Amino acid sequence: MRRVSFPYMGTSYIPFEKLITAFGNEVVVPQRPTEETISYGTKYAPEFACYPFKIVLGTYIQALKAGANTLVSSGGVGPCRAGLYTTLQEKILKDLGYEFEMIVLEPPGRHLKDLMHNIKKLINTRLTLRDYLNIGRFTWKQLVLLDKVERLSHKTRPLEVKKGESTQVYKKCVELIAGAEEYKDLTDIERETQQLYDAIEKRDYDPIKIGIVGEIYVLMEPSSNLEIEEILGELGVYVERSMFLSGYTISNAVMDLFHMAGERDAKKMAAPYFKEMCGGHGRESIGNSIIFAKRGFDGIIQLSPFTCIPEIVAKSILPKVCKEHGVRFLTISLDEQTGKEGLRTRLEAFVDLLMAKRKKTKPVKVKSLVAKEMA
Amino acid sequence: MKIGIPRALAYYAYYPFLNTFFEKLGLEVIVSDETTKEIMDMGIQDTITDACVPIKLFHGHVRNLMERVDYVLVPRLVSINHESTFCPKFLGLPDMLSCSISQLQNMLEVRIDLKKSRLELFMVCMRLAKKFKKGFFSAYNAYLKALLSFKNYTHQFLQGGIPPLGIVGQKKNNPIHLAVVGYPYMLYDPYLSLDLIKKLANMGVYVVTPEMLSERDKKKQAGKLKKTLFWTFSNEVIRSAYYFFENRNVDGIIHVTAFGCGPDFIVDKLMEIDAKKYKMPYLTITLDEHTGQGGLNTRLEAFVDMLKIKKSRKEAALA
Repeated sequence: MRRVSFPYMGTSYIPFEKLITAFGNEVVVPQRPTEETISYGTKYAPEFACYPFKIVLGTYIQALKAGANTLVSSGGVGPCRAGLYTTLQEKILKDLGYEFEMIVLEPPGRHLKDLMHNIKKLINTRLTLRDYLNIGRFTWKQLVLLDKVERLSHKTRPLEVKKGESTQVYKKCVELIAGAEEYKDLTDIERETQQLYDAIEKRDYDPIKIGIVGEIYVLMEPSSNLEIEEILGELGVYVERSMFLSGYTISNAVMDLFHMAGERDAKKMAAPYFKEMCGGHGRESIGNSIIFAKRGFDGIIQLSPFTCIPEIVAKSILPKVCKEHGVRFLTISLDEQTGKEGLRTRLEAFVDLLMAKRKKTKPVKVKSLVAKEMA
Repeated sequence: MKIGIPRALAYYAYYPFLNTFFEKLGLEVIVSDETTKEIMDMGIQDTITDACVPIKLFHGHVRNLMERVDYVLVPRLVSINHESTFCPKFLGLPDMLSCSISQLQNMLEVRIDLKKSRLELFMVCMRLAKKFKKGFFSAYNAYLKALLSFKNYTHQFLQGGIPPLGIVGQKKNNPIHLAVVGYPYMLYDPYLSLDLIKKLANMGVYVVTPEMLSERDKKKQAGKLKKTLFWTFSNEVIRSAYYFFENRNVDGIIHVTAFGCGPDFIVDKLMEIDAKKYKMPYLTITLDEHTGQGGLNTRLEAFVDMLKIKKSRKEAALA
């Protein structure tokens, strides 16, 4: 029997676990990265490996210790380094003496045959076409719902009267979604989560709005970005992230199959500054910053792992872009050395700055686009 | 018309082609000065802190040139073959430059994407010639001469010389043979590499670099990796390392890399793991703008001494 494990990223483990179990495998659910995970990662990973690499390596070691014998991860076509991570991680882990099979799911555009072959390895039970459709519908709905409750938590957190209430509600919603067994449950849960959020007591004002852009892993995994969204939310800031898992899946798995570029509008926006595709999410970072600026956001925060190449390119371009579009920006590079209190101080200073800037400029009579969207 | 070529990054890999082409086209070619501390400092001021040293140096060289010439050549290297591309920093280089050095108005951006078609290099040259209002025949002539000069350059490497450092014909009977692998812009910039190759040569070491292996030898090693690396220079490095592992015609391998180099963390770890497997002495030297001569000397001497002791023991055991 295959005992499958996979990297931990945000809440993605919930639909993924369901999917792999439905295919007739046992799942070793990866743990949320802790100090221990990171220390395993930093011990065996090369010094300049970027933070996601280290966390994922640590997660693998923990999963293998817990008895996994198959690791599933995504591949890539470069030129970002992430596409080669599995190659190196497999080599490091085998060098350490672990025995397992690494299954790499490459993007369908260039490696469709390979991908089908690898997915077949994961299907270890007899399923009818109807089953496939049901599984697909269920996991997709779960994915979308998870993103939705997260988005709601970003919206309500700055407005809450009692600090920490939205975070609690969010955790409860995630638990509810994870516990769902059938498609029908999910539709009920959708209604229930909406009610839970509505029940939170909210103040009525126009909060400072910050858009977060950057590399996908540190963006999506709260333990790697030191829960930046929570810190900001509790400072009374409305946070919006440029990337969610459901959107990412569409642009990288579905669109790629038909050889179409995902996130077209972001790429189009970035085109004058960023003429070449250079892997990772460098160009999307620039494009989304411009979109945020146009929507009336006060500031942009760029998150990147230390030594991330596409984000270094983006970081060099960002000052010019933000100057031309009149938004303030803060770049944060993350690795195992980043401390939470240091980050908090920087964020507080940044938010103070944005507030001062807002006071200075004359109050705009027309509510900004975001304020309208939130209402 | 003066055209400036920054002495950094791809320059070291392709300069005979560039220089000859523009000279034969009838333009005045000005290469930026050899790297000095001033150039390095200028580069550091313009770039963000996480960028790697070679990128910082490129900015410095552009600063060194921009006021003296009509055009500063900034290549955007996308691909030179079908299997790989270049580091994202190479791909975004002109974009980075135009944002970090706002005074730079005379950038001549040339996109080089040779996987498009066989004639692409020729087409790029023709487009350049057209920009400078040169006729077809003079451009064609310049193109041929440039190719010839590049061929001559690679030939010199195969003969055991290192033309960018002015080393010709090393003595093969030197006791220690060492492979020094790394990207051309790290190895052949004497300031950046702290004269590493010459230092080794003075210690009586026969130095082999990836450029000194034939393309065929390197291609043969392509199957060693489960997945081909995405970056052209990295493939050169790792394939030559595998060639040395297999043929054992060197006593040890030194990998020269820049601090924070993106692709190299993968390349370096892969080589380190396999060096252990093949029982090949292996040393990584990481360089940045703060690396001191003293530290490097000590490490190199220790490594070479170790190899010498190992060799003499082996010989004693055989005798």
